[in-house]
Amino acid sequence: MAHERLFKEMTDAVIAGLPDRARELANEALRSDIDPLAAIEQGFKPGMDVVGDGFASGELFIPDLVMSGEAMKAAIAALEPEMVKRKQQRQVLGKVVIGTVLGDIHEIGKTLVATMLAANGFEVHDLGVDVSPQRFVDAVREFDAGFVGLSALLTTTLLNQESVIMTLKEAGLREQVKVIIGGVPASPEWAEEIEADGYAENATEAVDVFKTFVLA
Amino acid sequence: MRLPILDYLTTGKVLVVDGATGTMLQAAGLPTGTPGESWVLERPEEIMNLHQAYLEAGSQMILSTTFGGTRARLAAAGLSDTVAEINLRAVELARQAAGEERWVGGDMGPTGEMMPPLGPLTYKDAVSMFAQQAGALAQGGADAIWIETMSDLKEAKAAVEGSRQACDLPIFCTFSFDTHGRTSMGIRPAEASRAMAELGVQGIGANCGHAPEELLTLLPEIRQAAPDAYLIAKPNAGIPRLVKRQVVYDASPDLMAELALRYAEAGAAIVGGCCGSSPAHIAAMAEAIAGNRSDLA
Repeated sequence: MAHERLFKEMTDAVIAGLPDRARELANEALRSDIDPLAAIEQGFKPGMDVVGDGFASGELFIPDLVMSGEAMKAAIAALEPEMVKRKQQRQVLGKVVIGTVLGDIHEIGKTLVATMLAANGFEVHDLGVDVSPQRFVDAVREFDAGFVGLSALLTTTLLNQESVIMTLKEAGLREQVKVIIGGVPASPEWAEEIEADGYAENATEAVDVFKTFVLA
Repeated sequence: MRLPILDYLTTGKVLVVDGATGTMLQAAGLPTGTPGESWVLERPEEIMNLHQAYLEAGSQMILSTTFGGTRARLAAAGLSDTVAEINLRAVELARQAAGEERWVGGDMGPTGEMMPPLGPLTYKDAVSMFAQQAGALAQGGADAIWIETMSDLKEAKAAVEGSRQACDLPIFCTFSFDTHGRTSMGIRPAEASRAMAELGVQGIGANCGHAPEELLTLLPEIRQAAPDAYLIAKPNAGIPRLVKRQVVYDASPDLMAELALRYAEAGAAIVGGCCGSSPAHIAAMAEAIAGNRSDLA
């Protein structure tokens, strides 16, 4: 029962976006010999779910999501050594290579998606912005990724989402990955046209879209 | 010879500014990923052509091609050594195009960096970057400092403070309320407008954003929070989308003309366009504001 109170405090710390508080609670969990995985899944992660829903519905905004993501990261960093000692790891839902496509320097949306995916159990490799098709391909090989996330905020750079897909095909890697696209000018129709596997409107929806391919 | 811009605005006439720069320069061949500012030095004739097109369309004020002219933004494009030169030259080009009868706004957009706790940009550094830019814009002959597409209130305040440090030009500041009626950082129109009014910013409003119709609900909120400021409406011509590989804008020139009248009814003193708007959109808006569109009245 005491655990439940602590779990609730963890959830609240993530919702409030307090990295220091989240780290403190993670350490308290370790001192109380609470299973670190349980602390993540039952304590901290439900907070990200609340924040993600609030972001999608327009009650919460970028600063909220960023700070909650920071709190989540601080908690996981504090719990990780103990997880390694116990030979535990969070179930990895999939390996994701994500970035904003060539010619486009818009960072925030892509970073929010990366944060939400990581919080939800994906292993995320964020390549940053202005990423060339070849760098996506190289990263898919290097990390043996099963997912590629492509962000573009400009109509003109949307075409580079297609270039990445074509380069993946040429490299013989297209069948290995699910490609999910996003960004203000992107659309489900555009995803279909360039033969992407999915489209997500925002960071919260992205988690759902990525997850549909985990269960499949 | 033009009046000082604030004197003109006291006449109560609606001022028509210009429309998109980036998307227009791309249409003229600016490669994707290359900032328009780079053409200020490399292809000044293209910058002049665009200014001319807006002036011919009826813009009474044009904005310098310096939206990404802060040190941070130019550094990302490898142009950090030319901050003063680009900003100065861009205003000179606009001034040359506008002549002595029309006004030039010295444009300043966000740095592209986030402030603590979200990112490393300190308030002090932001102020210094904006001061550097505003100084060059003023030196080049701008009639006003035009701060736009702000989403973080702290950054907007830094831009105002930087401008004040560098010059005593009037300041206009608009935010992009593109996320559920707030900025992407969650700032409500009333909060942003009140803060700018408290700093004595003379023109306050909304630019860029989501659908241009949304401004009709935002403008009254801005006006109520900053009743003494000149109200600015400078929306996108809808959100550009790719349909069959062609860029499609939702808002036609006629729609923008009709909206220009409705913005004016809502108290807008300054109207113009942002992303996706072309000289054709501005021409339609200018005609409507001039009272030449009986079909819309």
